[in-house]
Amino acid sequence: MEKFNVHEGIVLPLDRANVDTDAIIPKQFLKSIKRTGFGPNLFDEWRYLDHGEPDQDNSSRPLNPDFVLNQPRYEGASILLARDNFGCGSSREHAPWALLDYGFRCIIAPSFADIFFNNCFKNGILPVVLDTEAIDSLFIRVEKTPGFSLRVDLPKQTITILEDRSVASFEIDGFQKDALLQGLDDIGMTLAKADLIRNYEETRRKIAPWLFS
Amino acid sequence: MSGKTLYDKLWDQHLVHDDPNGTSLIYIDRHLVHEVTSPQAFEGLHLAGRKFWRTDSTIAVPDHNVPTTVDSATVDDPVSRLQIQTLDQNCSHFGVTQFGMSDPRQGIVHIIGPEQGITLPGMTIVCGDSHTSTHGAFGALAFGIGTSEVEHVMATQCLISTKSRNMRIRVDGRLNHGVTAKDVVLSIIGKIGTAGGTGYAIEFAGKVIESLSMEGRMTVCNMTIEAGARAGMIRPDQKTIDYIKGRPYAPKGEMWERAVASWSELVSDDDAVFDKEVVINGAEIRPKITWGTSPEMVVDLDKSVPDPSQEPDPIKQEGMQRALEYMGLEPGTPMTSVPLDLVFIGSCTNSRIEDLREAASVAKGRKVSPDIKQALVVPGSGLVKRQAEEEGLHRVFIDAGFEWRNPGCSMCLAMNADQLKPKERCASTSNRNFEGRQGQGGRTHLVSPAMAAAAAIAGHFTDPASL
Repeated sequence: MEKFNVHEGIVLPLDRANVDTDAIIPKQFLKSIKRTGFGPNLFDEWRYLDHGEPDQDNSSRPLNPDFVLNQPRYEGASILLARDNFGCGSSREHAPWALLDYGFRCIIAPSFADIFFNNCFKNGILPVVLDTEAIDSLFIRVEKTPGFSLRVDLPKQTITILEDRSVASFEIDGFQKDALLQGLDDIGMTLAKADLIRNYEETRRKIAPWLFS
Repeated sequence: MSGKTLYDKLWDQHLVHDDPNGTSLIYIDRHLVHEVTSPQAFEGLHLAGRKFWRTDSTIAVPDHNVPTTVDSATVDDPVSRLQIQTLDQNCSHFGVTQFGMSDPRQGIVHIIGPEQGITLPGMTIVCGDSHTSTHGAFGALAFGIGTSEVEHVMATQCLISTKSRNMRIRVDGRLNHGVTAKDVVLSIIGKIGTAGGTGYAIEFAGKVIESLSMEGRMTVCNMTIEAGARAGMIRPDQKTIDYIKGRPYAPKGEMWERAVASWSELVSDDDAVFDKEVVINGAEIRPKITWGTSPEMVVDLDKSVPDPSQEPDPIKQEGMQRALEYMGLEPGTPMTSVPLDLVFIGSCTNSRIEDLREAASVAKGRKVSPDIKQALVVPGSGLVKRQAEEEGLHRVFIDAGFEWRNPGCSMCLAMNADQLKPKERCASTSNRNFEGRQGQGGRTHLVSPAMAAAAAIAGHFTDPASL
């Protein structure tokens, strides 16, 4: 997994609440057996005017000019500014895979859905929670300033607006912070506790043997 | 010190280790696997040269991609076919039990777990699918996970997790005639919102929940994720025990007695404290329909499409306007006058035998409206299908003009050929009315099986009792 330390990038505003994982990556692309290549189909139904299918050449498809991802001023954006309950719905990890493959490394929202939030940390994406007031103000600033960019500093847990150097702090769980900073292999970490797992199984087997038959 | 909730007890029973970093290692008793969210996990395991920790706890089944037309023994779409073949190969390579395409037990993963007795009270159950919350109806801690966590469970039988907060939703009193479990859960989501349960494990309780059949309880727990909570659960009781007894994977003999005795402990203590408590009066719940593109956008059958201008919150107002535009609806339109194109009865929410009986009781002796292009009935599993046929339900549906299909996820998420076309409007017993969920541009209204059947007959939403 790619580590996350300090990241600077252009902010893309997605001004709607309850963006679900079906919208982030529609079902037909879930037929893939790979983890990569989902970027061109990120937000497929909002982004293109036609219907997309896997293994299609996306470069010749008609773009929806009204959708924010297609607006030239946000080209190369790597920070997504979103509204409440981002990533709700299906557990598909294809959603963070698609965001990452497109180039997003950080998502800032007032709240996230649980499964999506968790999936981000497994893929080197930092989801940042800020209060609604701070989010509202960022939406206004992004709208006003072409090329609006942020510096996201995970070790310091701060977000800096590059334009005027104003700084906001954010909270993050210590384990999840470390996982991103060090690109931790959490399966390896758990396997280091294999003896604890075996001990648990031995005890549990005596109490509830039907769970092991 | 206050007592423990059901969730606290399930958590404590599965706690392997509390790490100083604030996370906990939780043991997983049952891992359900399907073709869509597993290939990358199997591949990861393979590439890292890691072993599968416990294949005997794992059951796999293809469901999302499978065709449901009765004459299709093979999968025509080559991309879907490859995904299903990949599951076959991975299961044989790693030695995982699979109910394959030709197995009579094949069906939707959340239907077959309980049906086979694979789902038991007191278990931790995970699956790379958000509707894993269904299994909480048995007093299990069951929740959906991403593919990285699927790989984690395959390799370690555990998950690194942090404990959720406790919420109890009590539905008191009794339901009026014609009000179903689906109406109960849609009411709950309408009340607390799609993010109302975020960060919580929800216990459903109260007289109404107790009065529901196991099928109804599964419908309620299934849609917990639509209220934002990963896990929903109901304490096991005699109904739970009666449902499980004798099922193929259920414990037998002396082991059964021991298991049943242990399940009686799976109850929140009287003095347990919940971080949040919601109380709903069952008598006030009316049959429900969603009008928008989020499951919280729900109204009573006898009400009208809401007016965004009445909504004070500007973000919500904009969401409502966007939803109305997508759904092609005008504020103030009575829900019963909204015309429909398709009807879908199926999904892990509502495709069990009781759901099919409920729909058939409405369809019996009637005909699907000529205005309806297609009305699908997709049983949840091969065994549900067989039982329905033994009861003659398939004849009721076929005679009325419904299509009687093979089991699978089908039009709930439209990964197979069962899809809405742009602007087609569907009364669906599934769980998500998101934009494009049932096909790009398709318009979904979530309803109970009885309401879906009534809508198919009338060609628009109507009270089943009025037919």
